Amino acid sequence: MYSASDLKKGLKLQIENAPWVITEFEFCKPGKGTALYRCKMKNMMTGSTMDRTYRPNDKFEKADMEEKEMYYSYQDGDVFVFSDAATYEEMRIGKDKIGDKAYFLIENALCTFLFFNGMPIDITLPTFIEKKIVHTEPGARGDTATNISKPAKIDNGYEIQVPLFINEGDLIKIDTRTGQYAERVNKA
Amino acid sequence: MPSASTKPEYLQSLAKLKKGLIFKSGLLSVLREFFKQNDFIEVETPLIVNAPAPEEYIEAFSVSSSFLRTSPELQMKSLLAAGYERIYQIGPCFREGESGRIHRPEFTMLEWYQTGIDYNGIMNFTQKMISSAARQLLEDAKSKFRETVIDFSSEWQKISVRDAFLKYASMSPEDAIAGNIFEELLVEKVEPFLSKSVPCFMTDYPAAFSALAKLKASDKSVAERWELYIGGVEIANAYSELNNPVEQKDRFIKASLEREKRGMKKYPPPSEFLSAVDYGIPEAAGCALGIDRLAMVMSGATDLSEIVFPSDIA
Repeated sequence: MYSASDLKKGLKLQIENAPWVITEFEFCKPGKGTALYRCKMKNMMTGSTMDRTYRPNDKFEKADMEEKEMYYSYQDGDVFVFSDAATYEEMRIGKDKIGDKAYFLIENALCTFLFFNGMPIDITLPTFIEKKIVHTEPGARGDTATNISKPAKIDNGYEIQVPLFINEGDLIKIDTRTGQYAERVNKA
Repeated sequence: MPSASTKPEYLQSLAKLKKGLIFKSGLLSVLREFFKQNDFIEVETPLIVNAPAPEEYIEAFSVSSSFLRTSPELQMKSLLAAGYERIYQIGPCFREGESGRIHRPEFTMLEWYQTGIDYNGIMNFTQKMISSAARQLLEDAKSKFRETVIDFSSEWQKISVRDAFLKYASMSPEDAIAGNIFEELLVEKVEPFLSKSVPCFMTDYPAAFSALAKLKASDKSVAERWELYIGGVEIANAYSELNNPVEQKDRFIKASLEREKRGMKKYPPPSEFLSAVDYGIPEAAGCALGIDRLAMVMSGATDLSEIVFPSDIA
């Protein structure tokens, strides 16, 4: 349990069965009255936010959070199979928990999972991954505008906007945090 | 001689304080001069005390079997009973567990008392003093604090707690107290809407929040007490001093019981102060003002960390 005096930015609490992180915190003591602890909080599962004000005698449940590093192994239908980097224990995680990040899973990539009460709630992939362009229209020659892009597809069907100079067969780097094109990988 | 190596981070943070410390030093000089011109005596009362005032929401640090003072109020009012008429003090006070953007467990308090006046009289005095300091220290008597220009020479705002609650929180202070949300509404609904472009006095606090203040003769539900906000920050608290011995003892007993209920420290009864109350404290008003906060809003610092020494006590 935490008490109100433990509250601070970054602290993770369990409120109504969900994990919340304090994103802003302020101690107040208005007009010779009780101390107040004002918090802005973010739900770590849904991303929704709320403001809450607490008093000195309020108590809080600790959010049971754990981070684990796991290697991605393979896909088995709607399930993705990982192995724990420390114990090699196999962990099967449903597609719904991974979402669009599934497009950027590469065999043996080291991923960081965040668990809440033993349930995976977030996955962080290596920031950049390399993927081959399997389809894109040739760029118009002589068009030098730098911010013009065109659609392209990578091998698993994910569609991405790339600069005009990218051709089919090129290897590109994708930023897994945004799902956007980062740069072309020069062939050796 | 300083070595040629890079200044350690700690010393860099001290070097950054220079602007704030220079401002605070200048502020203290002009305030002392103002008190001198008004025939006040600067006094010093003990920092270590046996019996702090039993206030419901203020906790003292323990030092061996005594306490660090949370304010010099009881000792200064004893001076009034002893025959002093105009006294002021500038010095540190200590409050356990108070740490935040505008709170530090130790801070510099300016506290002064004058006999023969009430909370209106000390309000005029406070406004004159701060306006005079602003004229001497600031260009056009204006400062810029957190993106707002504060004009110390325009007319100051004055609003009662009742009017402010009805206007901004759509609830009377009595209902807010009954619902146990007075402080929450004050912070969330009222304070953000007080004037920031000029200083603001909020007056006539509910009696429940005024342990050492005299109640208003015309309305016993409120105390003759005000708080000064500058740039939205609470800067000073003042009241007509309660000098009725029976009422004072009664309020101390109530506050002590409330403290016990909350599991706060047990203080011995402030018997020396109570003997002063019994003998008779003259009609007087007093004000406590946070010097670090005043320096912050006047100098345009965004945070107390630009004014006070970094501390490792939380």
